[in-house]
Amino acid sequence: MTKINLTVDGVTYSDDVEPRTLLVYYLREQLGKVGTVIGCDTSNCGACTVELDGRSVKSCTVLAVQADGGTVTTIEGLDQEGRLDPVQQAFHDNHALQCGFCTPGMIMAARDLLKNNPTPTEDEIREGIEGNLCRCTGYQNIVRAVQAAAGTTTGASA
Amino acid sequence: MSTRWFGQPIPRVEDERLLRGAGAYLDDLGHDALAAAFVRSPHAHARITDVDVSAALDVEGLVAIYTYDDLPDRLAEPLPLLIPHPTLTHGRTPYALARDKVHHVGAPVAMVVAEDRYLAEDAAERIAVRYEPLPAVVGIAAARAAAHLVHEDVPGNLAARMTQSTGDVDAALAAAPHVLSLDLAIERSASTPLEGRGVLARWDAEARRMRIWSSTQTSTGVRAAVAAKLDLPLVDVDVITPDVGGGFGVKIMHPWPEEVLVPWAARLLARPVKFVEDRREHFVASAHERGQLHSVRVGFDDDGRLLGLDVRFWHDHGAFIPYGLIVPIITSTQLLGPYKPGAYRVTFDSLYTNTVIVTPYRGAGRPQGVFVMERVMDAIARELGLDRTTVRERNFIEPHEMPYDHGLVFQDGRPLIYDSGDFPASLAKLKQLVGWDDFEQARETARAEGRRIGIGLACYVEGTGVGPYEGGHVVIETSGKVKVATGLTSQGQGHQTVFAQIVADELGVPLDDVEVVTGDTRRFGYAVGTFASRAAVMSGSAIALAARAAKEKALRVAGDALEANPDDLEIVDGVVRVVGAPGAEISLGTVAVLSNPLRYAFDTAAQAATQFASGDPAKPPVPEDDEPGLEGRDYFSPMQSTFANGMHAVVVETDPDTAEVKILRYCVVHDCGTLINPRIVEGQIHGGVAQGVAGALYERMAYDDAGQLQNASFMDFLMPYASEVPSSVEIDHLETPSPMNPLGIKGAGEAGVIPGAAAIASAIEDAEGIVLTSMPISPSELWELRRSKETG
Repeated sequence: MTKINLTVDGVTYSDDVEPRTLLVYYLREQLGKVGTVIGCDTSNCGACTVELDGRSVKSCTVLAVQADGGTVTTIEGLDQEGRLDPVQQAFHDNHALQCGFCTPGMIMAARDLLKNNPTPTEDEIREGIEGNLCRCTGYQNIVRAVQAAAGTTTGASA
Repeated sequence: MSTRWFGQPIPRVEDERLLRGAGAYLDDLGHDALAAAFVRSPHAHARITDVDVSAALDVEGLVAIYTYDDLPDRLAEPLPLLIPHPTLTHGRTPYALARDKVHHVGAPVAMVVAEDRYLAEDAAERIAVRYEPLPAVVGIAAARAAAHLVHEDVPGNLAARMTQSTGDVDAALAAAPHVLSLDLAIERSASTPLEGRGVLARWDAEARRMRIWSSTQTSTGVRAAVAAKLDLPLVDVDVITPDVGGGFGVKIMHPWPEEVLVPWAARLLARPVKFVEDRREHFVASAHERGQLHSVRVGFDDDGRLLGLDVRFWHDHGAFIPYGLIVPIITSTQLLGPYKPGAYRVTFDSLYTNTVIVTPYRGAGRPQGVFVMERVMDAIARELGLDRTTVRERNFIEPHEMPYDHGLVFQDGRPLIYDSGDFPASLAKLKQLVGWDDFEQARETARAEGRRIGIGLACYVEGTGVGPYEGGHVVIETSGKVKVATGLTSQGQGHQTVFAQIVADELGVPLDDVEVVTGDTRRFGYAVGTFASRAAVMSGSAIALAARAAKEKALRVAGDALEANPDDLEIVDGVVRVVGAPGAEISLGTVAVLSNPLRYAFDTAAQAATQFASGDPAKPPVPEDDEPGLEGRDYFSPMQSTFANGMHAVVVETDPDTAEVKILRYCVVHDCGTLINPRIVEGQIHGGVAQGVAGALYERMAYDDAGQLQNASFMDFLMPYASEVPSSVEIDHLETPSPMNPLGIKGAGEAGVIPGAAAIASAIEDAEGIVLTSMPISPSELWELRRSKETG
């Protein structure tokens, strides 16, 4: 067991983990943060995407010990005093989710994209979320949602 | 009048929890449960000579290991053959854990239960299974050749041979001025939801009740199967479907081995047990679909009208056939699409191979059938030098010919009778939408720029809303809130939203007051499941009928209270009022109070229903033929399916050097009857189209000759990302109401995927001047086709 100290969604944790424990299992099993889900185990689907120290990572490919000393934000940490954050709201407004399983990872990836490129073109959005699989929506409404969120966050029209 | 919700493209009520990561998928439950992991066969076909668990026994946290020999009673019998058919003469289903033999890579051999999944897998990898490999039968050619058998007692690897026909095909072909033969192939693909299968079971030893959560498309099916396998009374088994991360067909298959083994272990160990499939397991231990070979002869006249169609095909159903012949039966009937075939004969063989089982995946046999029929249409157009839309138009069933009886039996055992549809109008809309008649100009412009573009189309008819039935329950609580339940399940379709729309309109209550529960046998015990684009048709109709029953009672009770004729009452925003008499009104919540004669008041409002406060002393408190409470329960069971239809057109560009195919435009004309929520229907089409594109250009199951699936991960199975799908699906709806149900609706869930491979093949052919006979097609395959064309 290895001791790790980290901040997750604004709360500080100090826990013993096995060195082999993946960050996503630590989040889900030890912290009960099951909003971050697992879709593939090979880092292809992106369902487990979280923010680690300001960058989006696939938490199935990060060991919990690698997050030691870090700051993690999951989908459960986006709450703005009860309101959805702009990307979440845009997903709702644009019917960008169906089963919802890819949604937490997709939203975290989209936030990361918009942080680095606040006014992406459609092609840039498609490239930006290319690490995240969705089987339900055909992506069209996801792309629209990210465009809409970009409008919201930058004040520009979508 | 308050807002009418039916037909409104409102956002979904499901979204809030899912957007916050507050959904509850299977693996989000059962934090206290033991974890199950499985030892699975690495061989496609082998005899098991020994299972040695000794090395696993000292793994810390191990709780139990089970093999076939541990299974008692009915659990030791083969899993059920869910849908028998007279022609399914050699139906074989697997054991929950392999007995003596394994028949495909991924077959479960031993179950390990441990304190967590890491430890369960640690133990599983220490279990030594000795195999004696047997020759593997992989692919339709090997199955047909039958040099080796998947099951020793199934000659020719043949589970079933089935023929349907109408008219004299041999005579029609002999007399036809033109006859063409086509050999066509469609590869395997799979549903591949983002969430795999999973099951959690809790045995309550004190109450002697089993509670199961399963990521399934049929909670009632799982319930009945587990009760039977574990010899439990049905009333003591609850099956609850939590949020489900996609299904697309694979989760209608049940019971999976894990679905009976996990509850059994939970009872044996008196501890909750959970199994969650990982991605590799989903590829090798769930189900695939699609793989078929077709050999077609078609006879037609000088105008391109079909005179006779003779279809022979071979369906690879994998190592077992638990779901029966549904997929090939659908192929063999829905192949006909919107066309009159003249004389028709179809014969299929359903064949065993040493691969994962084949059960319905969105579209369920239709993409194959449509691919075949639309290839035939394109071949006729090419042969006669006619426009491809002209050939189709000439073969359409006309609106005045509806209902149209094909003289065949559909997948539900009912006659194949199209109830409605206007195919010429759909095609006219599609041509307009895609600009079919102006395409030659676009082609010339592109050609001048050194670019190759092509246009294609494909048409389909889809039998939706198959029986036998679904039910709905609507209860108006004393709070005025309306609680709705139906037994079929949800995997992201937005049922909570659309069913609430239906109920809000039927009852005259605010949408926010309606709450819908699906797939929970505690709330509704009679149901079939979510498949065959049936949820809106079946449960939507049943819920509408249930709401009408509740409304009828509400008006009756309110009429007594208001001393008014129920015919003079209306319900607006949850208040029953006398039409034209302002102030004469009573809230639905109060009506609910009055509907239930009480001895004991539980709050102030309830005092109105107690024995000294209400009731006619001349009548019993609950009249004969009535019951307490403000509820409606009803069922919908139509005579047959209702047939939706659609047509897709696609414009592609093929790279002259790399042979890469880019979709420039994707147009859909879709008729699913009246729309409950256009936003949700369009979302279904978007997702279906993406799966159609995937099946046309990217996805296949790459089995090698030994039966090893070479691409059993998202690294190698090319499920499209946002960068591979059309940037915009252009949709136009035609609404031909179904006469088969009270709401005029037809199913919409599967439609988008069905004509994808056919339309894209047509477009690539048009761009390249090369005949395509199999899908999917990769750039390298297209490049090879070009080369063989050039070299003659």
